[in-house]
Amino acid sequence: MHELSLCQSIQGIVDRARDGRPVATVHLRVGRLRQVVPETLSYCWGLVTEAGPLAGSVLDVDHVPVVLDCRDCGERTTVADALLLTCGACGSGAIRVASGEELLVTSIDLAPRGPTAPATTPTTHTAEED
Amino acid sequence: MGRFHRHDDGTVHEHDHDGAEHEHDGAGAHGDHSAYATGPERVVVLERIFDENDHAAQANRDALDAAGVRCVNLMSSPGAGKTTLLAHTLRHLRDAGLRAGVVEGDIETSIDADRLAGLGAQISLLNTGDGFGGECHLDAPMVARALTRLDLDALDLVLVENVGNLVCPAEFDVGAHERVMVFAITEGEEKPLKYPVMFRSVDVVLVNKMDLLPHLDVDLDLFRRNVAAVNPAARLIEVSARTGEGLEEWHAWLTGAVHADTHSPSPAG
Repeated sequence: MHELSLCQSIQGIVDRARDGRPVATVHLRVGRLRQVVPETLSYCWGLVTEAGPLAGSVLDVDHVPVVLDCRDCGERTTVADALLLTCGACGSGAIRVASGEELLVTSIDLAPRGPTAPATTPTTHTAEED
Repeated sequence: MGRFHRHDDGTVHEHDHDGAEHEHDGAGAHGDHSAYATGPERVVVLERIFDENDHAAQANRDALDAAGVRCVNLMSSPGAGKTTLLAHTLRHLRDAGLRAGVVEGDIETSIDADRLAGLGAQISLLNTGDGFGGECHLDAPMVARALTRLDLDALDLVLVENVGNLVCPAEFDVGAHERVMVFAITEGEEKPLKYPVMFRSVDVVLVNKMDLLPHLDVDLDLFRRNVAAVNPAARLIEVSARTGEGLEEWHAWLTGAVHADTHSPSPAG
């Protein structure tokens, strides 16, 4: 449950970036290796921003899958669900994490006028590279 | 570079995430995106959420290096035996003439700090119960506050006893040079696979409660293989904080860490 402190950090980043302007949506890129639960993050965001100028803004999470490069067979594979960090092609444990460790605020959408009404459903993205 | 997105309501669509435009024509299919219809202004941020913590961690490491102090971040699940082990370790360090400080993370109480009192170490207690019902980890700014209460110039080593938790502490660099986890064999041999981020983050796994091995069905070889699968570089040291078994090897490692070259710290602690 480090989602709460992550939200406090996100709030600091957004506060600097928004420069006094109201915010509608905060876009995040979160690798699955970060053990962050997007629904929990959105819930904590509501708690953390409740009384301040970011109240009513929502998080938009781009949940990035874990992709591994194998040092033995050279294959690049995507980890399905369990966090087993072995090559999906040959099973080797000699891997490099190509993606899945991201944790960043990518952008914010400013609200056109005043804060938007509080949203009830968080938006969660499941992103796949084309 | 379009990306497919699946929303909670089942809607799937594709768009370019890097452009300034983010318009959706789906007749109100995405409630949360309604603001886009009016053409919102997007501000590109691209800032790592851990940047602030990582800067504070580096400042901690710099302050420790300047004082010639090595720092070890000690992590585990609750009840793995961190505090008992630490008590043994502090006695050993005192007898070996090494001056130790302890940053003691505890959600509400001073119980652990009280158990470590009188063993010759400076102790800085960090109650993490402020704010929303208690933090589940120590972060770098908290440890920075704790370090100000230690006289670093009078120390050789600082041991950070993190909050008992196998998830959150792994994510936060506190400014230590080495990361060690205490793992009790009663926790089960599959834990490295369930908590790979923690097991991947450490230099040493202290396999504790070895005295209980005859009473358990635990498969130690399987546990070793599971650790090797997620962190081939991790060093395993089998100990019993209760009987003292294996502690010489741990103390030898720790003494080596104290005398390690301060100019080549590991990247994260």
